[in-house]
Formats: sequence, structure tokens, C-alpha cells
Amino acid sequence: MATAVAEVKAEKASLGSTLWSWLTTTDHKRIGILYGVTAFVFFLIGGLEALIIRAQLAHSGNDLVSAETFNQLFTMHGTTMIFLAVMPLSAAFFNYIVPLQIGARDVAFPRLNAFSYWVFLFGGLLLNASFLFGAAPDGGWFGYPNLTSKQYSPGLNIDFWVIGLQVLGIASLAAGFNFVVTIINLRAPGMRMMRLPVFTWMTLVTQFLVITAFPVITVALVFLMFDRFFGTTFYSTAAGGDLLLWQHLFWLFGHPEVYILILPAMGIVSEVLPTFSRKPLFGYAVVVYSGLLIGVMGWGVWAHHMFAVGMGPIADSVFSATTMLIAIPTGVKIFNWLATMWGGQVQFRTPMLFALGFIAMFIIGGLSGVMHSSAAADLQQTDTYFVVAHIHYVLFGGAIQGIFAGIYYWWPKITGRLMNEKLGKWHFWLSFIGMNLAFFPMHFIGLLGMPRRIYTYSPELGLDTLNLVSTVGAFLIGISVLIFIYNVWWTRRHGEVAGNDPWRAATLEWTIPSPPPPYNFSVIPEVVSRLPRWSVTQMKAIPEVPPEPIHLPGGSYWPVVTAFGILVMAAGALLHSLWVVLLGGAVLVVGIYAWAFEPFEV
Amino acid sequence: MAHAHAAVMQPPAAAEPGSGVYNEKLGMWIFLGSEVMFFTALIGSYIILRFGTPHPWAPPGVILNIPVTAFNTFLLICSSVFMVKAYAAIADGKKHFLRTDPSVPHDWRLWRWVDGGLKFWFLMTILGGATFVGIQVYEYIHLAHNGFLPSGIKEGTHFGELVAQGIVPAATAGIYGSTFYTMTGFHGFHVTCGVVSMLYLFFKKVLPEKYSEHDYRGVETIGLYWHFVDLVWIILFTIVYLI
Ligand SMILES: [Cu+2]
Repeated sequence: MATAVAEVKAEKASLGSTLWSWLTTTDHKRIGILYGVTAFVFFLIGGLEALIIRAQLAHSGNDLVSAETFNQLFTMHGTTMIFLAVMPLSAAFFNYIVPLQIGARDVAFPRLNAFSYWVFLFGGLLLNASFLFGAAPDGGWFGYPNLTSKQYSPGLNIDFWVIGLQVLGIASLAAGFNFVVTIINLRAPGMRMMRLPVFTWMTLVTQFLVITAFPVITVALVFLMFDRFFGTTFYSTAAGGDLLLWQHLFWLFGHPEVYILILPAMGIVSEVLPTFSRKPLFGYAVVVYSGLLIGVMGWGVWAHHMFAVGMGPIADSVFSATTMLIAIPTGVKIFNWLATMWGGQVQFRTPMLFALGFIAMFIIGGLSGVMHSSAAADLQQTDTYFVVAHIHYVLFGGAIQGIFAGIYYWWPKITGRLMNEKLGKWHFWLSFIGMNLAFFPMHFIGLLGMPRRIYTYSPELGLDTLNLVSTVGAFLIGISVLIFIYNVWWTRRHGEVAGNDPWRAATLEWTIPSPPPPYNFSVIPEVVSRLPRWSVTQMKAIPEVPPEPIHLPGGSYWPVVTAFGILVMAAGALLHSLWVVLLGGAVLVVGIYAWAFEPFEV
Repeated sequence: MAHAHAAVMQPPAAAEPGSGVYNEKLGMWIFLGSEVMFFTALIGSYIILRFGTPHPWAPPGVILNIPVTAFNTFLLICSSVFMVKAYAAIADGKKHFLRTDPSVPHDWRLWRWVDGGLKFWFLMTILGGATFVGIQVYEYIHLAHNGFLPSGIKEGTHFGELVAQGIVPAATAGIYGSTFYTMTGFHGFHVTCGVVSMLYLFFKKVLPEKYSEHDYRGVETIGLYWHFVDLVWIILFTIVYLI
């Protein structure tokens, strides 16, 4: 049993490298790596789906894929990129970086952290297993009933989606509780809230959004699942139900969700810009408060996704106004970032390029977002490619570029080696040109009247050229990702050794070796300022070798067992087999019992 | 003895900047915040469905048995009170089941000199919760037997007759069943989870006397959950049964 608490002589501390050690790991750094690698694989799958979609739309009247397959592709592309790529890629950084930034040795509940990862993995596998049955979800990532009701979608497709998302919700919620407690309770002495790095702050806001928004979509999904499985009538108007209820619940979750996707990237950019401008972040407190404000205001705008429903002039006006207001804290952040660079010694290293790309693209996406906030304009844009252009500017131009900035920035911390600059720049420029070729024409395609989610279009629309340009751009993005993968492979062998702090950055994670030892900090640091490495008042140096033995918790296999119980329950629900559900439930109950009472100490 | 384990309950080494609340308790609060959102969405949906429909709703007390559930509500509130007693007992270091209090003269008023400890009150809490779930299961069986189902009201049953006579409106019978079973079902699930968790704690922690006045974090944390579940029920009972 690998569960006992060992008092490890710190010099000898290592976690082993066997498969078993990864299955049972509770180390936040390893879980971060697991999140990162898994999410990147899902990112590739989602990207492949996007490329097939773009290949199908390369010219009018194409028949590369059928309409049914196309429906599955765009549904899985959206669902994968949101829940299996961007969110868990951010989670990789939460896991790896946040404990290092606050001066902690791990998260508050290390086994719950492992549990989150395994549930996420199983949920992702479950969703994608639908392809093996030829029944991938096909109701859009927004899953509106009655399209997704049993009557109109009788197959397994929507069952996979409804159950898969609920499983993924458990993973996100568990991680949410964990990180809120971690950030509030595990800060090193002196690490006051207003000394937290902005990335950690944005993580905290994001986790609050997760723990408040995910219950709402869980309720919406439960209603849909009961409607499909047990004949309840939540979304059946004929029996007293209400179709719009879904839309309200879904977007009550859906809009906070876009901030769940973008705030971590904003946090990353707020770390990268000061480092490569050699200047502290301009208006730290304002950046933090505007992030908080975005999180709060994100709750009051959901119905801007529903202007086409006909909610009436008052509701439309209110949601128009709140949506326009939310542009203010967002704009404040952008000005703070620009002011951070102003007068700095700007170094155009790869992370900085991606951060700059983030700002530029996010401004374009933000502007089209403000256009949507006008109900009158939105009626023209709803369900056209204009909206597709908008979300890809904020989610690819924004979230994904922010995440790549983070990958290049923290790669030396995580692996001990710097990634290749030349390849990094190729990656950035190809991806930057590719995304603008792919997504900018979509503005015109949309305004010229091409609806989204339609598998083909007629030549009379005259949109062949614009669509072809968009497809070429998408494939350029694909090539840029291949270059990134080559860079990773190259760096493993030839990357320059990083040392503790290759970027001469300011925050706590750069005070320790790269990669950090299992215990992170040989002594818990005492923080005396917001930018420990840039301050005149220097904090006490962290010794190379721990002066005292350090408690290192052993691993535990109960998190993966418990998560597996949830997978079995989900599979049972898909098969409509009560016995399989009960079997999974039994595994779950035993898993939690053993977990709760095994000897384990942080 | 009393001070040997004092270190366990101390707040984290540096009170500032941590919150001063231990991880499990803070985690439970955050979890309950999430639960508030869950039940808010559930109850909010119910309000939209019920007051958004142009059709009339079934009058209270026709299908659902209010007296039985009122008794059940009383039981759950008692269980919450027992939890407070359990917490107070262990905070005083009373690990025992029942004992006579030597400081009080024995008279005919039992509660004056019989003194319950953690074991007693914790077990009473569990019994209260378990009985609540039992009565709820009985209620479900009774309702289903008479034709009230999550999908609506079956024709040719006792409740089907009420629909035929126009006492229960047919237009909202489906959504009435859907909301009733979903809301009370999720609450019942929460109570069941609480009972199972408390049984874990009872056998692994309470009976072996692992809790003391210096460390009773488990009792406090599960107590928070238990009071929350109780509170939710009072709201559900009001809007689902009484209104
Ligand atoms: Cu929105």
C-alpha cells in the first residue's frame, strides 16, 4: 500500500515514474501534467473535427461528409473545445502553478484533486466513445430541446451528451471547491490577498464561477435526462412544461462559462506582459477588481443569447444594457495591459508574442461582442457565421492564445528546459495568420447571410471564395500546431536548461528549481511584497536543501477507483440498466468509504 | 490527557493570511454555496413552470398528504436539533452514550439527570434522517400506487378519477408529477447521502471515540451539511406541499 505517510528525507524525495505512481499520484504538479497532456490530446481531436468541418465547407455543394456526420462534428467540436480542451488546459495551470504562486506544498485536498482529474478523463472518454457507436452527440453544444427531446432525437447521441456533461460537471465542481479552499487557506505567511499574482486571482474568480454556474447546467441536464429517460415533461409544452426554461438555465450557465474560459487566459497574460515589459503590471488592484466585476456581472447578461426568442422590448433592452456595461471592466483590463508595456523594455519572446496576439484578437472579438449586445443588430446576426467569427476571436484568439502564452512561459518551470524560440515564433505567426484567415472572412460570410450549422451551401450565394480562404486559414492553424508538437519533441532533448528563473520574472514560482522538487519549497517562504523577486525588500532566500525532513503524503488509488464508479454509473445510465448503475454506485460508496478512512495526511 | 492533543485543533500556524477556518469546514461552506445554486435553479425552475403556465395547478392537499409530510418535516427539524445536541456534547468532551448526571439530584424528570453524549445524539440524528427517508419512500409508493407518477397521472386510478372529475387539472398533471418527484427526490437523495456519511462516521469515529473536545471537525462539518439539508426541506415543504 502506497498510502502511509512517510517522513521522507527531502534529498531522497522522488515520486517514482511507474504507471502505478501516476495512477495513484496526489501531487498537484503531476496532476497538472496529466490535465495538460490529456486536454491537449482532446484539443487535437477537436481540431481535427474542425478541419473536417472546414474541408466540407471549402466549396459549395460539397459532399465530403453527410449532414448527419456534420451535425455530430460541429456538436463534438464545440463540446470538446469548451469542456475537454480549454477548461482542462486552464486546469493544468491551476494545478501546476497556483500552489507554487501562493507558496504552498500542495492543494488543500490532494486526493480530491486526483479524483477531479480521473472524472474529467473518464467523462471525456465517455463523450468520445460515442463515435465508436456511430452515435456522437448531434444537437449542438447548446443542446436545445425540443430538438434534443426523445421525440426528435431518439438515438443514443443525446444520451451520451447529457450524461457526459454531467460527469464532466462533477470534475469541474470538485476542482472548484478544492482551489477556492487552496487559495484562501494555503497561502504562505505574508501572502495577503492583494499580494496574490493576478493569475491566482483570476483562478479564484473562475472557480467561484464554476461552483455557482455548474449547478445550474446540472439542473438543466437533469431535467432533460429525466424527460428522455423517465417521461417527465419539463420541456414538453403539451404537458405543461416550458421549452424556454432550458434556454434560460443553459445560458445562465453559458455566459458565466465564457468567463470561465477567458479569465484564466487573462490571468496568464497579466503574468506574461509585466515579465517581458520589465515593468510591474499597471494598476494591479484595478485589474483584480475588474476581473471580479466581470465575474459578478457575467451573471446578469445571459438572455443576450436569446434575443431571437422574442422576450419583449423591456427584457431585450435590459440585457442589451447589461451586456454593454460588461465591456467596461473588460476594456479597463485592456488599457491596463497596454499601459504595462508603455515605457517598458519590451522583449518579443514567444510567450510575449502570444500575449500580444491575445490582446489584439480579443479586442476584435470584444468589438463584435458589443455589436451582438444590440438586440436589433443581433437579430440580423443570430445563427449566422458572424457569431462563429465572434466566438472564435474570443476563444481561439483569446483563450487558446492565452493558454499558449502560458505554455511557453511556464514550460521551463515545468520541464526545466526552454522551448525553441525560432520554432515558437513560427508557431505563433502561422497560427496568427491562420486564425485571421480562418475567422475574419466569417464576419462577411455571416453578414451576407450564410447560416451556421448547415452542412453545405449553394453556389448562388457567391460565398465560395470566402469559405475557401477560411478553410485555408484553418489548415494553417493545423500546421502551426504540428510545429508546436515538433517543438515539444525537440525541446525534450535539445532545449536550453532553464535554471530557476530564465525570464527574470517576479513571482514566487521562480524562486525554486525547475522542475520543482516534490515538496516545492524546501522551507515555506515568508512573503514580504507583491513581486517578491523584483522588490527592494528581499524575502529570505529559499535554501537548495530542506533544513528539516518534510512530510510527503503517499499516493492513493481510491480517487481513481471512486471516479471509475462514476464512469460505471454513467455507462449504466446509457445502457438503461439499473443493475450496472447500482454496481457503479457500490464501487463509488466503497471508494469514498476507503478514501475517507485511509491514513493520509497533507 | 486534556491537553495532549491540543495541537490538532489549533488554527494553521500563521493565522494571517489563511482564513483561520480549517480546510474541511471552509470546503463544506464552499460546497454548500454550490448546493444553494443547485436548489435555487431547481426551485426557480419550479416557480417559472408553475406560475408561467396559463393553466391552473392542482390544489394543495388533494394528491399530497400534508399531515404525514408535516410530521416528517417535524422529524427532520428534530434531527437537526439532535445534531446541535451532538455538537454541544462533544464540544464539552462528552463522548459517552447516556449517563446519569451526578450533579443533578435524581427525580422523576428524566431529562434532568440523564445526560446524553455524542454517541447518543449522533445516533438520534441518524435515526431521524433515516426515518424521514423511510416515510418518503412510503409516500412515493403510496402516490405511485394511486396513479401519481413523474410523467403525470395515470387514467383509471384513484388520482385518475380526480382528474376525470376536474378536481385536479389535466393540463398541468404532467409537470406537477415531474416537479414533485424531481425536487423531493433530489432532497431525499441529499438526506440519504447525509445518513450514509453519518453512519460511516458513527462506526469509524464516534463509537471508537476518535472525537474529543479538542478535535471534532467531522461532527462540525457534517453538521453544517445536515442543517442545510433541513433548511432546504422547509422551503420545499412550503412551496411544494402547502402553497
Ligand atoms: Cu453571453
